[in-house]
Amino acid sequence: MSAEENGAGAEDQKKFLYVNRRAPYGTIYALESLEVVLIGAAFDQDVSLAFFDDGVFQIIKGQDTAGIGMKNFSPTYRALGDYEVTKLYVEKESLEERGLTADDLMEITYEDEDDDWAEKSSVQLVSRAELSEIMAAQDVILSF
Amino acid sequence: MLHTVNKSPFEKTTFDSCLNHARPGDAILLIEDGVYAAVKGTAVAERVAALNGDLSIYALGPDLSARGIKDTSLIERISVVDYGGFVDLVAEHDVSQAWL
Repeated sequence: MSAEENGAGAEDQKKFLYVNRRAPYGTIYALESLEVVLIGAAFDQDVSLAFFDDGVFQIIKGQDTAGIGMKNFSPTYRALGDYEVTKLYVEKESLEERGLTADDLMEITYEDEDDDWAEKSSVQLVSRAELSEIMAAQDVILSF
Repeated sequence: MLHTVNKSPFEKTTFDSCLNHARPGDAILLIEDGVYAAVKGTAVAERVAALNGDLSIYALGPDLSARGIKDTSLIERISVVDYGGFVDLVAEHDVSQAWL
């Protein structure tokens, strides 16, 4: 079901960007952001997430928190597609500075209703300049 | 002397301050978000690799695992310790300085 059919008309929709710039377990920011995204998903808005600076560490694969007594919330990012949150922008420069590549990221996908429910990646690598443009195009930016 | 660093080297200057004040024979233990300094091929790795050989650098294993950092990703001079090793390091050194 598209957002329009779901209630909010296109004229009511705003572009929301959640900015994630913190590593996942040293502070509570990453988990708080994820929870707000999930809550906000109920409001039929045009939602996207940006991961840059230490925020790219949030979606690294292979996280195992058994030894530190904290909840591993990384699998939840893979459920975002079910909440129609399908645009995750990851900044290339932030990955490079941290010795990371796209191969180090979790596979986060969604099923595209406009393309016979084909499974597609929600992750889009963007340059720093492209991310600046994306931020400038938003109605609301929520920072974590 | 034992130094612990718990902040990401990409976000804070904590790790740099620690390196600027560490003396030969000291030990540095990376914990929590500090373990990101232990990874090779990053913007800060060169600084770690170039350090005086008299400095011992450790990273806490459970914090590496939580962050999806494999042992094969670590800078060669880094030794991984568990919580018991953390306690041993504290016991072995007269003074501990926590770089927060």
